[in-house]
Amino acid sequence: MLDTFVLLSANADAGFLASLNQRLNLGDIIVTVVFFTILMVLLKKFAWGPLMGVMDQRAQLIATEIEQAEASRQESAKLLEEQRVLLKEARESAQSIVENAKKQGDTQREELIMAARAEANRMKESATLEIATEKEKAVAAVREEFVSLSILAASKVLGKEISEEDNRALIEETIVKAGEGR
Amino acid sequence: MNHENPQFILFGIGFNPSNILMLFVTCLIVFLIAVASTRRLQMKPTGMQNFMEWVMDFVKGIIKNNMDWKTGGRFHVLGITLIMFVFVANMIGLPFAIVWDHQLWWKSPTADPVITLTLAATVVALTHYYGVKQLGMGKYLKSYFQPIPFLAPLKIIEEFANTLTLGLRLYGNIFAGEILIGLLATLGASSIFGLAGAVIPALAWLGFSVFIGAIQAFIFVMLTMVYMAHKVSTDH
Repeated sequence: MLDTFVLLSANADAGFLASLNQRLNLGDIIVTVVFFTILMVLLKKFAWGPLMGVMDQRAQLIATEIEQAEASRQESAKLLEEQRVLLKEARESAQSIVENAKKQGDTQREELIMAARAEANRMKESATLEIATEKEKAVAAVREEFVSLSILAASKVLGKEISEEDNRALIEETIVKAGEGR
Repeated sequence: MNHENPQFILFGIGFNPSNILMLFVTCLIVFLIAVASTRRLQMKPTGMQNFMEWVMDFVKGIIKNNMDWKTGGRFHVLGITLIMFVFVANMIGLPFAIVWDHQLWWKSPTADPVITLTLAATVVALTHYYGVKQLGMGKYLKSYFQPIPFLAPLKIIEEFANTLTLGLRLYGNIFAGEILIGLLATLGASSIFGLAGAVIPALAWLGFSVFIGAIQAFIFVMLTMVYMAHKVSTDH
């Protein structure tokens, strides 16, 4: 390097380039810069540019996807809350319905039982009444029959006609006495 | 190892056709890898697209480590291209070297100091450009006198030192790696005993060179972003 400069100072103008060429390839410098610049421009156009575009697109896509996921997560949380409230309401109303039905059933049963009991009482009373009437009737009929039989028997035994009126009164008195004795 | 570089002169400017060839091959490989992996872009990435997206995220991480993404986002393309380019350039010289007529034709382009220093100088020039663009000329010039004015000469020297270290670090690592691979290959080709002796070190060194190539690509981009952050960030 030093003797280059010595040489340069020796023949300053004419041999400058020639002597420099002995030491240094100026052309290589130019070629290196030009080649590198061309390579950079070409790569930017054909490789790095599109690749960066795709990477940016992906970054954007991911960002939007994340946003959408966040939004849908909130949406689903909201829906879940709504559903939970609805379910709670439905459960409460179902419970109230069941309770109402139970209450209604209870009252209805009470009513039915009461009605049945009243009906049974009524039927029992009427039956008792009827039995009593029938008994009365039967007794009266038997008594009547007995009286006429007794009169017939007495008239046959006595062989004489007595006034039926007197007889009857007499016999009935006897029967009443007999009935008391029984 | 005593081979020369091919050279031709066009318009009074010297060219190294080997460098041109290797730069072209490197650019072609990077371009093919990048385009092949981004042909069928999908929302759900598969295969090579995954790899490319990993590289992008990796570079994004480097940038985010150094500056705000709002100011650093514009350097994303530069960073990815740079890391791919340097990595492929580092790898391309590893499998073999082609010497034709005592002239070295196939090698890593980053094993040439002219190329690495050109890359470094480009990067540093870009940092100045974006420094002026972000802060304005006044603030940019003022940054040389902050925090202490008398350190300004050191700050100016730092710019040149940055360029030199950035370029020469890459060059030195890759060039040394290729030299050692060349030596081991020569040893392996010398005799059957040489082959036996060289095979294991050569394998080990190749593996190490892959590692170094990747690390150097990472460091290059990392330092690019560090220098860039130095120039464009306002909180310094």
